[in-house]
Amino acid sequence: MSVDTATVRKIASLARIAITEEEAARIAPELDNIMGWIEQLGEVDVTGIEPMTAVIPNHLRLRDDVVTDGGVRDAVLSNAPQAEHGFFTVPKVIE
Amino acid sequence: MTDLTDLGVAAIRDGVRLGTFSAREVADAFIVKVSRAKALNAFLVETPDHAIAAAKEADTARAAGEALKPLAGVPIGMKDLFCTKGVASTAASHILEGFTPPYESTVSGKLWNAGAGMLGKLNMDQFAMGSSNETSAFGNVISPWRRADGGNAPLAPGGSSGGSSAAIAARLCPAATGTDTGGSIRQPAAFTGISGIKPTYGRCSRWGVVAFASSLDQAGPMARNVKDCAIMLEAMSGFDPKDATSLELDVPRWEQGLSGNLRGKRVGIPKEYRVDNMPSEIDALWQKGIDWLKDAGAEIVEVSLPHTKYALPAYYIIAPAEASSNLARYDGVRYGLRDLPEGANLLDMYAATRAAGFGPEVKRRILIGTYVLSAGFYDAYYTQAQKVRTLIARDFDRAWESCDLLLTPTAPSAAFALGEKLADPLAMYLNDVFTVPSSLAGLPAMSVPGGLDKSGLPLGLQIIGKALDEQGVLNAGLALEERAGFVARPEAWW
Repeated sequence: MSVDTATVRKIASLARIAITEEEAARIAPELDNIMGWIEQLGEVDVTGIEPMTAVIPNHLRLRDDVVTDGGVRDAVLSNAPQAEHGFFTVPKVIE
Repeated sequence: MTDLTDLGVAAIRDGVRLGTFSAREVADAFIVKVSRAKALNAFLVETPDHAIAAAKEADTARAAGEALKPLAGVPIGMKDLFCTKGVASTAASHILEGFTPPYESTVSGKLWNAGAGMLGKLNMDQFAMGSSNETSAFGNVISPWRRADGGNAPLAPGGSSGGSSAAIAARLCPAATGTDTGGSIRQPAAFTGISGIKPTYGRCSRWGVVAFASSLDQAGPMARNVKDCAIMLEAMSGFDPKDATSLELDVPRWEQGLSGNLRGKRVGIPKEYRVDNMPSEIDALWQKGIDWLKDAGAEIVEVSLPHTKYALPAYYIIAPAEASSNLARYDGVRYGLRDLPEGANLLDMYAATRAAGFGPEVKRRILIGTYVLSAGFYDAYYTQAQKVRTLIARDFDRAWESCDLLLTPTAPSAAFALGEKLADPLAMYLNDVFTVPSSLAGLPAMSVPGGLDKSGLPLGLQIIGKALDEQGVLNAGLALEERAGFVARPEAWW
């Protein structure tokens, strides 16, 4: 399995990161080298082994379905690059 | 009169309690040191007012005859990964530039409640991704150490908590917070001749800590000795209902339980950690560590952790996978940078913002993570890595059948020069070979300085313990510290 520039462009698009052709050309061999090294994991026999989901046995807690926090609209919006009328604003989505 | 900035956490706490000096004198002394150390680039934001306010509170409480809080009078540094209310927090990234959290991370809040004051926010690898502190968007941290070869090559303070390690080693603060995902507390501690402990996963709340890889990230203290680490860790730990992975357990009194007597303890030496091309000095230090622990009463046994060699490749699937998901929140809508090119739609804005805001290493890891999680590759990479992670954790469980603790070197080399490994990401990743396995298994682990290499740079020894046995780790760390007699410090050039 090798990582080429087309693959880099595809994953960059999935990751929502704009890249130039030059960047794709630079990144492809780097990722190819790293992924080539990662391939060695395939040689481990994992027959009958469960994937780890929790590193320390710890049951997820449930809490009462009540509001514990809230009513802080201005604090929530205080870091927004752009906010209007108490909302986050984004470029027009629907034509 | 003693230079107050030479004192550690315990000495400052005790001196303030006894009235040997005031908290204000301590804060002022460190504030001056911080303001004069710009050449190290360890602080991103200086917060002298915060440190002074905490000092005043301690001095007022003492004057009124009130009982002092556990860290009253102790000013500390805060890694910039922790969100601090009203103080810029960027995780050393451009994408979070301008972000001022309207809330306080649980760990920093606990430290303030314990009476500590903040000297400032510490530089780090961007989003904690890096082993040398060269990925910060605000310039490299320079280690206060220099090689004794007459050259002035700027050295890496380690990463990602490199601002923390540099600041402590240079006496800009007595202690600091760090975070450790694959070794980011222990490796910088080793590179700069200080101590640091990553506790069991879940001991310290991750709430309000900028997320990198959620199943691995764990906060911990860095300081100049083991006792100071114990004091800091007590203040930082504890159950937090706001973090679903926080452990619902009481915090042990680690400082009170400290003892360098290891009689009855068995310490395992994992044979797989004798890697190829390891400098003979590291091997020699490891042997010294073995002798020191024997001298402290421990029995030494050889153990095997057969899946050690697969820990790094598993880590470089799991950590980027989680990072690619966690960092999806930086999209230019709710906080931080927004890059909106002329005529751009929403998707264009996301892509432009993330291209402009993330550094090369962060992009690299997001791309790796996106790749290994993408359709068709998920099972081959991510599921396989999670299964290997089970095997790595099982290796440790088996080792615990014949020993209580493990002793290893912290890093395969002393600090390298800045720029030396930057061109080869893989070579940089390999520096974490000894710290990553215990991170994958969620175990407590600590680095303490053991000695100097031939060029006069510090080398660290690592103790790994069973889950929740921070006391055992700290005690073995203390036994090493008592015997290593490490007093070397960098000569001030900054």
